Amino acid sequence: MTHIFQQLGHATLSSFAKLGRSSFFLLLTLTGILSVIPRPRLLIKQLFSIGVLSFLIITISGLFIGMVLGLQGFNILSDFGAEEALGIMVAASLVRELGPVVTALLFAGRAGSALTAEIGLMKATEQLSGMEMMAIDPIKRIIAPRFLAGFIAMPLLAALFSSIGVIGGHIVGVGMLGVDDGSYWSQMQANLDLYDDIFNGIIKSIVFGFIVSWIALFEGYDAIPTSEGVSRATTRTVVNSAFAILGLDFILTALMFGDL
Amino acid sequence: MGPSGTGKTTLLKLIGGQLYPDQGTVIVDEQNVHRLKRSDLYTLRKRMGMLFQSGALLTDLSVYDNVALPLREHTGLNESMIRTLVLLKLHAVGLRGAKDLMPNELSGGMARRVALARAIALDPMMIMYDEPFTGQDPISLGTLVKMIKELNNALGLTSIIVSHDVEETTSIADYIYILSEGSVVGQGTPEQIKNSDSEWVQQFMKGDADGPVHFHYPANDYHKDLLEI
Repeated sequence: MTHIFQQLGHATLSSFAKLGRSSFFLLLTLTGILSVIPRPRLLIKQLFSIGVLSFLIITISGLFIGMVLGLQGFNILSDFGAEEALGIMVAASLVRELGPVVTALLFAGRAGSALTAEIGLMKATEQLSGMEMMAIDPIKRIIAPRFLAGFIAMPLLAALFSSIGVIGGHIVGVGMLGVDDGSYWSQMQANLDLYDDIFNGIIKSIVFGFIVSWIALFEGYDAIPTSEGVSRATTRTVVNSAFAILGLDFILTALMFGDL
Repeated sequence: MGPSGTGKTTLLKLIGGQLYPDQGTVIVDEQNVHRLKRSDLYTLRKRMGMLFQSGALLTDLSVYDNVALPLREHTGLNESMIRTLVLLKLHAVGLRGAKDLMPNELSGGMARRVALARAIALDPMMIMYDEPFTGQDPISLGTLVKMIKELNNALGLTSIIVSHDVEETTSIADYIYILSEGSVVGQGTPEQIKNSDSEWVQQFMKGDADGPVHFHYPANDYHKDLLEI
């Protein structure tokens, strides 16, 4: 019995210790961003590997999700004779929810796991220690550019996801199921609100970009420098990011759209 | 020098200010390493080179860029001056021709030589070598031993070598400390060490399986352990 309490106590203490380390890490990273600004090359390189290389997965996923939305939306709306509203239904679902959330989940799986593994292996192969011994701060040189790149790339990828999704919905709804082309676009134009829908969606993706980059980089930096340690850290990045994204999505949605 | 797990690398990390001591002080160039502010510690580190056991080259940068990294970070030199310096350093370790290779294209010995070129890029006052001879083939080993000795003499450096390779280290060291279980058990010139009457030192120098350092990790009685279900 005492053993269980000991374990519980130990787990609680180590959770708080990790929270402290991650907060301190975030503080150092945020201050490190200042040193990235005069060196855009470091940022551009990371924007390429984190953002541009995620284009394919985001585009294909966005297209299919838009197509599914078009199909499902048409089936439901046609029961009420409201097929013309398909455009706004697809666009609002994407811009408000699916764009930011699914992009963030894909981003955590594609770029987040890669960041954790990269930083964890750099730690395991003494590259980070080597930089420290060369008087080069790894937070400024390695972590901060990646953090900033994730933070910038995420809203752009979410916007791409939503745009491609709208096209996917159009392909199915207008191209295959016969919804009027003009209605599809005009309903979307008339009813999609810049502030309520698009702006709130962008805020969500910015928050998710911040959280996923933070989790991914911290897990890599804090990983036990062995093969198993890096593998566990990579798993933790994907799992914790998914929890954080879905939990925060509810909170943000409640704040933005809900009357709870 | 000392057996594995005795705290040699830890000592190097203490000297470089990467670890904090529970007690005692580390003085480098009349400065207490662990009392320095972060910026002062980084200034001191610019004058300390360190060669890691793995080489610790940045895997996303070429050989050239790895050696150029400390110069680009810490000096305001233009690219043409940096190029000259990088080629000089790479030539010193015999790898000028490998400047465009990536770290994954290098053998272990080559990676360590590139790391050495990077460690001397800023012309430090001292270099710390962490197990430089481990896992090297005889040719690389011979080259490294010669190179360490030559660099030390040519650049007027202080070199601290952490190693458990008795022959190689005694061939180039001026003074040796033997560590065991976190404390110094013998010290002196290579000659004095060879003639030491300390059991620890003799066991280490001769490579005896048993002595003050036991071959077996502390365990229960062997027979009892085997019969236990």
